[in-house]
Amino acid sequence: MINHMGLPDILFYVFAALTLFCGLLVVANPFSRSPVTSAMFLVLTIISMSGLFVLLHAFFLGIVQIIVYAGAVMVLFVFVIMLLDLKEEDRRRIKSFGLVAGLLSVGAILAIFLNSIISAAPPASAPAVEGDTHALGLLLYTKYTLPFEVISVLLLVAMIGVITLSKKDLK
Amino acid sequence: MHVGLQHYLVVSAILFATGLLGVIMRRNLLVMYMSLELMLNSANLALVSFSRFSPDAPNGLDGQVLVFFIITVAAAEVSVGLALIVALFRKRQSAHVEDLTSMKL
Repeated sequence: MINHMGLPDILFYVFAALTLFCGLLVVANPFSRSPVTSAMFLVLTIISMSGLFVLLHAFFLGIVQIIVYAGAVMVLFVFVIMLLDLKEEDRRRIKSFGLVAGLLSVGAILAIFLNSIISAAPPASAPAVEGDTHALGLLLYTKYTLPFEVISVLLLVAMIGVITLSKKDLK
Repeated sequence: MHVGLQHYLVVSAILFATGLLGVIMRRNLLVMYMSLELMLNSANLALVSFSRFSPDAPNGLDGQVLVFFIITVAAAEVSVGLALIVALFRKRQSAHVEDLTSMKL
């Protein structure tokens, strides 16, 4: 079985393990409870996930993932962490009731997901869907023109909202 | 074993569960927000893998367009949410959910 594994399969396991490991360290890091560590591991998670996107031939989305998430969004996170003084946060303890309830509910949801994934029949074949920039841009400006314009209005609304929220005398 | 759709979906499901665990367990607003981003990313991974293995090849890119929109909405959501957290921190001097128990500022 190992002999049949090609390079993409090996890379899938590497990137998947990296994604899950770093994702777990974002949430539950045994060595540090600081938000900065979580943010750095979230950057690593996003970068390895863009490797998974490239393995799925979604080249444009892989690059957008790195530029928008690891570039813009995470810089915003780190900037806000720096803005707020969060030194005293790591002294508090997690309540054991919350721990047990959280683990139980998350385990139940994960069991439902995995059960439905395993029991579903796999698709017949894998046709080559190439997510290169040209095809995606063509689709974005022909079939999805209206959602594209609406999403730009949404960005404008978010910008106005942020400016309003960060005014000095918030009413 | 050849890597197929189910492998990617299992990774996505585990990542979603990890993010949900973070939202439930962590009490820091910023870390909860990061866990939310993790859940959004796992949905993106599922959509991209569905798009890759979709049976109708001409329409296979629709999932990737949806992921593009999700990334945009997530960026807008993060900016507004972080502005809310900053405004809340200015009033209360805390980003800890247990300190934020009343709706009145």
